[in-house]
Amino acid sequence: MHVKIKAVWQTVRQLSGDDAYERYLQHYAQYHQRHAEGACHPALTKADFFKQWQDEKWTGVKRCC
Amino acid sequence: MNSITKNAIWLLVAILGAAAVGGIALNRGEHINALWFITAALCVYALAYRFYAAWIAATVLMVDDTRATPAERLDNGRDFMPTNKWVVFGHHFAAIAGPGPLVGPTLAAQFGYLPGTLWILFGAVLGGCVQDMVTLFISTRRDARSLGQMARDEIGRIGGTAALIGTFTIMIILIAVLGLVVVNAMKHSPWATFTVSATIPIAMLVGIYMRFLRPGCVLEASLIGVVLLLLSVGAGGWIDTNPSLRGWFDHDSLPLAFAVMAYGLAAAIFPVWLLLAPRDYLSTYMKLGTITLLAVAIILLRPDVKMPAITPFIDGTGPIFGGKLFPFVFITIACGAISGFHALIASGTTPKLLSNERDIVMIGYGGMLLESFVAIMAMVAATVLDPGVFFAINSSAGIVGADAADAVAKISSWGYPVTVEQMQNLARQMGEATLFARTGGAPSLAVGMASIFGSAFGESMLALWYHFAIMFEAIFILTTLDAGTRVGRFMLQDMLGNIWPKMGETSWLPSVVLTSAIVVMGWGYFLYIGVIDPNGGVNILWPLFGIANQMLAAIALSVATGILVKSGKLRFAWITGTPLLWLVIITSTAAWQKLFSDDVRIGFLAGANDLANKLALGTLPVDKAAAAPKLIFNLHLDAGITLFFICLLWLIVFDMLRMCMRYVAGKPVLPLTESPYVLTQLAEEQVGH
Repeated sequence: MHVKIKAVWQTVRQLSGDDAYERYLQHYAQYHQRHAEGACHPALTKADFFKQWQDEKWTGVKRCC
Repeated sequence: MNSITKNAIWLLVAILGAAAVGGIALNRGEHINALWFITAALCVYALAYRFYAAWIAATVLMVDDTRATPAERLDNGRDFMPTNKWVVFGHHFAAIAGPGPLVGPTLAAQFGYLPGTLWILFGAVLGGCVQDMVTLFISTRRDARSLGQMARDEIGRIGGTAALIGTFTIMIILIAVLGLVVVNAMKHSPWATFTVSATIPIAMLVGIYMRFLRPGCVLEASLIGVVLLLLSVGAGGWIDTNPSLRGWFDHDSLPLAFAVMAYGLAAAIFPVWLLLAPRDYLSTYMKLGTITLLAVAIILLRPDVKMPAITPFIDGTGPIFGGKLFPFVFITIACGAISGFHALIASGTTPKLLSNERDIVMIGYGGMLLESFVAIMAMVAATVLDPGVFFAINSSAGIVGADAADAVAKISSWGYPVTVEQMQNLARQMGEATLFARTGGAPSLAVGMASIFGSAFGESMLALWYHFAIMFEAIFILTTLDAGTRVGRFMLQDMLGNIWPKMGETSWLPSVVLTSAIVVMGWGYFLYIGVIDPNGGVNILWPLFGIANQMLAAIALSVATGILVKSGKLRFAWITGTPLLWLVIITSTAAWQKLFSDDVRIGFLAGANDLANKLALGTLPVDKAAAAPKLIFNLHLDAGITLFFICLLWLIVFDMLRMCMRYVAGKPVLPLTESPYVLTQLAEEQVGH
């Protein structure tokens, strides 16, 4: 039961983009450091990431009739 | 479960579905329960999803769950990102479901409940869902490219340009008609005007909260916003009873229309984080929440549908919009049955998140099924009202007369009895001064929803429910208005950038202000004409929007059909070819009638001539005579736009057919642009957690 509630909560967070930064960090840890050995740019701060994420989310047709 | 049990269950679903559809279709004279609509819809959806959609995916498209999707191959941790399928479904549905499926069925209810309901059900499972799913599929196979790009790559330059121009014009018409819906809902209603205005500072507050106070804390900020929105509905009631404050929010249509335009301009210029993004969060929550609530209420309450199955207005004399059942029911209900706009989301946006091709059925086909279900609920909410009340709310003063006694006499003479006291009582219950001639669909839907919610959750709060419903519609209409103006601005900047590169810079303020102003003037003009039109404007703008949206669907289906033929699947090309043929027939017929019908309420040119004659003879009342020259010009303009849409449609269909014929004859055509196969590395449990 507890696990189920947690899974639903995860989905809600993911749907709303609440956990976008955490997922970005995961992606960063997985790809950037492994390949670039520190030569890569450092991970963005939460505020900076959120700015870019929000702006990207709103270019192009995102809402319908 | 063994296969015999499974087959037995599907057989039962089929029998139940057939009984429900048959019951709805054959019922005459007696009130039918709304639960039959829900049952019919769910059975039809289940069967279509299980058999037709699955067959298309497996046999026609041959979706391949071992093939890496663009989200996996191009993963950048931001816009391209393999995502849990339920999350993608949520995003996709939130993006495709706008106010369209709520307004269209409400207007089409003038033909009775049956024509609209059948079109919503069968148009969706055979047309709209197929369009969305196939578009999602072909875009997924092409690195998540947009519809316009795919049209250019696969059919030719003409298709690409047509898709671009089509999108731009449809946006202008759509925003104008939606703006009109909001204006009509706020007209002389201090309560509604306050609540709708309050959504703007609330959205800004939420925007500032998630940008600066607690960056990225989306859920927290949204929760605060939702609570404030609900409080603003209550506060509106208080404003309404406060004699000194209510004057601030009590306005005629025209100043409200200008306010909407000013708002649209500001929203397109402001950074997205301040208004657009937070408002979108709020509208998405309100939308999902209210739709769920409506479904629960209909199931709990099982209201009787009071509208007859078919009204005499199928002959084209309807008070809400002119035109016969064929083709106008198919034009009026675009979203909910088939909507070309969805193809813009299904290409370009959703494929960037899709983690596995096998989810295309659930997201593409299933997402549209859910939208169709929303349309069915809107139909229920419109038809549970007494038909007399429904027509009194939705008929413009130009048709039934501005005087309440005249209006009820006229509506009762059609066989739908209604009295002035009944309308006054209803208006008082809903916290409004009057409910006569509140065209546009939003007020009647809100009355319908309020009466359903009221009986399910307590009669005493009818006015609150009514204004909650108005706020719920207005908030995501305004989101479409913001987002649409912004998209229009980007497109215009892109086009002008070809002439003078500086104009193409999306961050150069003079260009931003200029292009936003041009887009706002574009839809603002139609909104203005709609407001000054004594016949309500909706009767002109909504069919125009329907034609434009169906034209965009025809473009998407042409691209899909062309790709199917080029992929050597000519014998399956009917899955998109048949809906395409149907759209070409209805759109062409509707356009022909809108251009050349002798009926002044249908034909733009006939309407313009009639008005010009009356003006010349001096038979128009003074106020109508003043507006007449503008209306005459506008009718000619509308005729021109209709002609343009239909030429665009035929152009792209012919271009597609030309390409198909060349392919069949073995002549060279543009090559398929499908990206090569890459084996997926994603394991199921890696996605989305």
